[in-house]
Amino acid sequence: MSSSPRSQFLSGLRAVLPMVPGMIPFATVSGIAAVEIGMSPSLAMGMSVLIFAGASQLAVVQLVAQAAPLAVIVLTALIINLRFTMYSASLALYFRALSLRWKSLVAYLLTDPAYGVSIARFRQFPSMANRQWFYLGVAASTWIVWQSFTAAGAFLGARVPESWSLDFAVALMFIALALPALYDRATLAAGLAAALASILVIPLPLNLGLIVAAGSGIVIGLLVDQWQEGRAGAP
Amino acid sequence: MTVLAIVVAVGIGTFLMRLSFLPLAEHTGKIPALKRALRFVPAAVLPAIVMPSLLYQDGTLHLSLGNARLMAGLVAIVVARLTGNALLTLASGMISLWFLQAMGLAGAH
Repeated sequence: MSSSPRSQFLSGLRAVLPMVPGMIPFATVSGIAAVEIGMSPSLAMGMSVLIFAGASQLAVVQLVAQAAPLAVIVLTALIINLRFTMYSASLALYFRALSLRWKSLVAYLLTDPAYGVSIARFRQFPSMANRQWFYLGVAASTWIVWQSFTAAGAFLGARVPESWSLDFAVALMFIALALPALYDRATLAAGLAAALASILVIPLPLNLGLIVAAGSGIVIGLLVDQWQEGRAGAP
Repeated sequence: MTVLAIVVAVGIGTFLMRLSFLPLAEHTGKIPALKRALRFVPAAVLPAIVMPSLLYQDGTLHLSLGNARLMAGLVAIVVARLTGNALLTLASGMISLWFLQAMGLAGAH
């Protein structure tokens, strides 16, 4: 299997393709929601380019509509996006040899699908060459799809009928991203713990729930890891 | 324009968070506990994102067999586990949801 930059790029593109149907309704809604509260289509597009993170974009729109204080809006959006810090730490070793310019590009394009698809591939093929090109195939496609459909929503008012429940495709995309990450007992335990915690923490303010739930999952994973190591090391 | 200021602030902050550890790769590799914890990032974050959307609708918890999204989500999870195929996961989930909604289960919008 060739691992030239070009073939890696195409490989990334192919790998992210099944996620695209989930991105479309999400992006369209991001565009429409912004103009519906009175943002100009250009500003809506600007938000998609500058922030490029759907959940936080929607939160910003909702909070602006509620005339929430500026600090609350910015803080809430940043808390929602805190998970990108974890993604960054998780990807760091894989991209350690890249220039700062490449790392900046990787950073700008980092999203849930870009992360989920790439980390699964990198874990499966640890000595794969030109991984940044695979990542670019995944992440650049995601960017193009996201901007295109945000524009469709913002400028054309393109709307998917609510009765189609296509927003469920977003949840399905995350399910497809999540399952490969649960590949052994410890990661499965982490996932189950995080899933349970995510329900319990919903009342938390400022969308802190996600980070708390994820943190709980990681702790459980580490504990199961340690428990298993203890068993393996027993005389 | 304050909305633009908000967008720029969130954009810069988010970019910095995305960049954060990338230039610090040497350090993530050196602290064993951190390295072991990182293995669990996708396993913990991704389910934590999905779960509320399956169980919570309109601000209330719907933990029952009558929750079409939960049931369709379970179908998708099983398909994802068995096939490892994202397209099949998507298709099975959407078809299940539409089927269950047609059968009158809650979870329609």
